[in-house]
Amino acid sequence: MKKSNISQKIGFFVISLCLIATLFFLGTILYFITVRGIRSISWEFLTKPPSGGMTEGGVSPAILGTFYLTIGAILFALPLGLACAIYLTEYTPKNIVVKILRISINNLAGVPSVVFGLFGLAVFVKFFNFGVSILSGSLTLGILILPGIISASQEALTAIPQSLREASLALGASKWQTIRKIVLPSSMPGILTGVILSIGRAAGETAPIIFTAAVFYMHGYPKSIFSEVMALPYHIYGLMTEGTSPEKQTQIAYGCALILMFFVLLLSAIAIYFRQKQRRVQHG
Amino acid sequence: MDNVVHIKVSKVNFFYGKTHVLKNISMDIYKNKVTAIIGPSGCGKSTFIRLFNRMNDLIPNTKVEGHIYLDGEDILLTKTDVVNLRRKVGMVFQKPNPFPKSIFRNISYGLEVNNIKDRKFIEERVIESLKKAALWEEVKGRLNDNALMLSGGQQQRLCIARCLTVEPEVILFDEPCASLDPISTKKIEELITELKKNYTIVIVTHNMQQAARISDYTAFLYLGELVEYGITEKLFTVPENPKTEEYLSGKFG
Amino acid sequence: MHRVRENIYKWVFAIMAFASIIFLVGITITLITQSFPLFREIPVKSFLLGKAWYPTYDPPEFGTFPLVAASVFVTFGALLVCVPLGIGSALYMNEIAGYRQKSLLKPLIEILASIPSVVYGFFGMVIVAPFIQKVFNLPTGLTAFTGSIVLGIMATPTVASIAEDALSFVPKSFREASLAVGANRWQTLIKVVIPSAGSGISTAVILGISRAIGETMTVLMVTGGAAIIPKSFFQPVRPMTSTIAAEMGEAVFGGLHYNALFAIGLVLFIITLFFNILAEFISNRYRLKLGAGR
Repeated sequence: MKKSNISQKIGFFVISLCLIATLFFLGTILYFITVRGIRSISWEFLTKPPSGGMTEGGVSPAILGTFYLTIGAILFALPLGLACAIYLTEYTPKNIVVKILRISINNLAGVPSVVFGLFGLAVFVKFFNFGVSILSGSLTLGILILPGIISASQEALTAIPQSLREASLALGASKWQTIRKIVLPSSMPGILTGVILSIGRAAGETAPIIFTAAVFYMHGYPKSIFSEVMALPYHIYGLMTEGTSPEKQTQIAYGCALILMFFVLLLSAIAIYFRQKQRRVQHG
Repeated sequence: MDNVVHIKVSKVNFFYGKTHVLKNISMDIYKNKVTAIIGPSGCGKSTFIRLFNRMNDLIPNTKVEGHIYLDGEDILLTKTDVVNLRRKVGMVFQKPNPFPKSIFRNISYGLEVNNIKDRKFIEERVIESLKKAALWEEVKGRLNDNALMLSGGQQQRLCIARCLTVEPEVILFDEPCASLDPISTKKIEELITELKKNYTIVIVTHNMQQAARISDYTAFLYLGELVEYGITEKLFTVPENPKTEEYLSGKFG
Repeated sequence: MHRVRENIYKWVFAIMAFASIIFLVGITITLITQSFPLFREIPVKSFLLGKAWYPTYDPPEFGTFPLVAASVFVTFGALLVCVPLGIGSALYMNEIAGYRQKSLLKPLIEILASIPSVVYGFFGMVIVAPFIQKVFNLPTGLTAFTGSIVLGIMATPTVASIAEDALSFVPKSFREASLAVGANRWQTLIKVVIPSAGSGISTAVILGISRAIGETMTVLMVTGGAAIIPKSFFQPVRPMTSTIAAEMGEAVFGGLHYNALFAIGLVLFIITLFFNILAEFISNRYRLKLGAGR
């Protein structure tokens, strides 16, 4: 056999090992969280608040809290992000403006999540005096997911053929009518994909809400957007680092991790499935 | 012939970046006639007619000089209301571009954006336009189907119908048959001949036979210059400019 | 009439579009103003190079060197895991996998990239740490080593996905040209495909670094949290991110400790900003290069 063919065999073998190792590690995580987490899951676990000093009962306030924070983040980030994408693709500002915006968006996307937490603490919690609350947490998470929403929306908008815009304008539609009646409806699936991915991201983030919204335990459910909340990711962290009965708490944490992971993976699976389908349609 | 000037083009220059695309073009376009613009590809035909509804505004980095008068009003001024202009000057594009909506909504779109809400009126107007565009018989039972289900030729007639609902005075056709089969092309050509009774028509085509068949006037553009312009019959039989003759006899392009 | 309304819309969109700039600038200003009081008391030099981090002692010491060193340590370790695994997986998907296999693997990897970091941290605490403690016979399993492994696994899908994008950007003609002169697939991969995707792959690695340095929950939960300069991989450390997350709760608002934590945030922000700009710079050059190659 030729020497080069041996090196090809070895090379391909190593590459295959890398993939197998990657899938193995990720599979291990899925396996342990699922198998051990499923023991905790019950109707009571999903619908009851914790009891017995965080060792019994359910985690419903944490599930609800994560839901509130995520909805809040989307309500804040979607209008801003969509407007930014529309401005960039439909109003084609001057090159220099596009460049500045792109640099800011990219760099905002790279800011560590704990730094968003610091920003939220200094600005929303302290400066605007919203306190540790759903509002502060939602705004902080909203800024965190803003870049993702912008780029997904931008991708969706640029995928709309220019000929549709021309057709609309040529019929005497104004630019705004063209955007509202033609461009936005056609790009809605793509924008929704971005929104779904962002929901998953916001739901799983912990560091930004530690100082801005989340508490390990609270009595009852939040009453307004100025209330502090429990949240699933923070609850996992709390269960593992606070309290006095580690074994019982670890089991509850498994349950929380499973719910969180299942929810986030489901969302991203839906989003990625749709994205692939759309890309195929556009390329076919 | 009692010719009324509908559009007067006066010393128009057009620049794309530093490229001089249209060079000092002046010509008169007559009411209720079909005017064809011919020339080899890249000579600026499409760019030229896209000036009539200010479609080139969408392309960044362009500059236009000169005047185009529609009913005596200069439409190249910055203060021109392009939305109103485009309601007066309709356009049918090279590739059929129906909206991803139902057939009905495609046709009614032009009324919708004019804030017309009267449903009965809209319905009547949609049917009327479809009839004028010779599409009614083919789609009358399925107005709620998605327009993208139609064949290419039907889609192009749909685009014509869509343009008619707005009741423009002028219709611009930018190589409307470029992507169509011969039978569909014939239908569109018949339609154009029919439409000129009520509209002024300007059509860009790279197909000389087509220009000869349907137009009353023909303009020959070459490298951004208007080489020759006149009555179609005359231009095709006894061209004045040797370049026109060369082009018509297939020596270039 | 139309024009006035259209202009209003345009300006509304423009103003909203500028939000991202405002937030980026806002973050910068916040970090600077909130950490400024610290530097009136403590020179920048002893903040950056001081070897002791005892924020609650009297007098407190705010030397961040052990924290920065821990971040570098853990990030470096994570790279040793995620770069080979991520790039190897990308090469597999791009070169060995058939169309069907790839259209299954790529989305799978992308989906797995979305697992929240707190889940990784939790997994590291309950599964990886006890395992490592047992295998290496350590007093605790919560070490820099554990952090590196978990963080590395976490970053692998991201690196794999970005690197695969870069590989599939390489024009088919490059590959065909190499195969046509008799090179086999491996030689083509090593000599043609990887070099032409080189800057795209480096972008993937740099973004991986930036993500690993900035990652909080995983390291907070699995690295053990001792603020000492790391001497070995098998001891607990406290990287910058976990310091902020762990100590903000106990820091008094407006106190020096509070300011010091913002100062760490500032350092972190500058480091990640640097890497992001570097990644942007490289991928821009890459686009130019491939553009010219076509």
